[in-house]
Amino acid sequence: MQAAPTKETIFQVNDLNLWYDDFHALKDVNLEAKNNEIYAIIGPSGCGKSTFIKTLNLMINMEPGVRMTGEINYKEKNLLDSRVDLVDLRRNVGMIFQKGNPFPQSIYDNIVYGPKIHGIKKKSELDEIVETTLKDVALWDEVKDRLKTSAMGLSGGQQQRLCIARALATTPDVVLMDEPTSALDPISTLKIEELMTELKKKYCIVIVTHNMQQASRISDKTAFFLHGHVVEATETSKLFSNPEDKRTEDYISGRFG
Amino acid sequence: MNSRITDRIATGVFYTIAAIMVALLLYLFYFILANGLPQVTWDFLTSESSSYKAGGGIRDQLFNSLYILVITMIITVPLGVFGGVYMAEYAKPGKLTSFIRSCIEMLASLPSIVVGLFGLLIFVNKMGLGYTIIGGALALTIFNIPVMVRVTEDAINSVPKEQKEASLALGITRWHTIKTVLLPYAFPGILTGAILASGRVFGEAAALLYTAGLSTPSLDYGNWNPLADNSPLNIFRPAETLAVHIWSVNTQGLIPDIREVANGASAVLVIAVLVFNILARWLGSVIHKKLTAGK
Repeated sequence: MQAAPTKETIFQVNDLNLWYDDFHALKDVNLEAKNNEIYAIIGPSGCGKSTFIKTLNLMINMEPGVRMTGEINYKEKNLLDSRVDLVDLRRNVGMIFQKGNPFPQSIYDNIVYGPKIHGIKKKSELDEIVETTLKDVALWDEVKDRLKTSAMGLSGGQQQRLCIARALATTPDVVLMDEPTSALDPISTLKIEELMTELKKKYCIVIVTHNMQQASRISDKTAFFLHGHVVEATETSKLFSNPEDKRTEDYISGRFG
Repeated sequence: MNSRITDRIATGVFYTIAAIMVALLLYLFYFILANGLPQVTWDFLTSESSSYKAGGGIRDQLFNSLYILVITMIITVPLGVFGGVYMAEYAKPGKLTSFIRSCIEMLASLPSIVVGLFGLLIFVNKMGLGYTIIGGALALTIFNIPVMVRVTEDAINSVPKEQKEASLALGITRWHTIKTVLLPYAFPGILTGAILASGRVFGEAAALLYTAGLSTPSLDYGNWNPLADNSPLNIFRPAETLAVHIWSVNTQGLIPDIREVANGASAVLVIAVLVFNILARWLGSVIHKKLTAGK
């Protein structure tokens, strides 16, 4: 079950601080996310966990008034000091949002959207991408007969898996997930969780969740955010069974948040 | 007075106002159509207007109206759409942007006669175009651009943020996102706006009086060479439109059947504008359904 002991470091975040205008949203955040691991980020609403995950592919730049200091090293390249190519970065760092957000196009077109614009033209290659990624997210059997129908006709859980397939189609090495199951029913949630455990064999996964059971079920490491600080970041089993910080214990035992 | 009575009075007031509005509109339609429709015959639509005899038609005026409309939209739509994309996606909130926005709004509220005189000064005299279709189209562009910019900006802003995020998060550039996600999604809104603007262009008279002129050379509809003087497609010829024709017949017409011609032309104009509006609603909803549902 356990992979090789030396896993490649994908993200190394050092002393990251972030402000929205005057509001100090992230304070001295330090984190390390490795390949073939699921890294869960938990914390109460407004603790900065969604802000944090959006810094990893610089989607945060869409928000007005954002200022950052520190380092976000993605494979030893600091996203904050060099002029990063956002196109390259986001191809390699896929992102899944709270609610499945397929384009109002066919299932097929949704998946090939990224690869096509990134220059893959051959029909056979595109067909193959569609089949592999849909199989990766265990959606192939459900939709293989209606690839040309609109993605809007899928259920919420299917849409979310389609979005994961769409992100995988640009061959990323990280998948960021921002509360991917918060809008889904328990059965769809379970499917996505199974999928994540499957995906971690190939990718590094960072997931923000407000569901502590989810974090403890699927993740390898967990970071607990509070008021923009990382209170505790360690092995998931340790954080949930034997937390070092009193505040962590209060949170995971449901005393606040 | 207790609140239930106040509520009843308020409801009554709203119903009355709505009824007055509908009644006015219906009366207007009835008046124009009842007087105008009997004049509208095939012959009326397809014969040349006459300057002193009775029995003239509106063929050239109708064609001119449509042609100026097309030329105007060819200029307005791209400019307006690009302007709207700029305002929605590129303009950073700040002093400059709000200045640009108030300029656009000011442009939209200019009286059309002022735009007409401005056109006379710039296009007709300074640029030496004379009374031409292109001069008229440029004048109409001036107060249609703000409408198009506004409509496009609103349509793009109404695209769900998730759609834009989805595309950007896949490593798609901003331009590609605009082209492949935002514009297609906003298309029904933009189209509706464009057609509604067309209705305004079609009914405009004041701005065209001094730019497209009050006369039309005799046209040969068989001549499709856009550079020939008697070709209907020549954009450097004067062109009296339907709305201008109604005005000019009424104020300086010498024909004995002034009333009939004016009534008939008015009916045609009103029907055309009505058709534009219905078309806009219908097309907009059809395309919107096609884009979003399609289960």
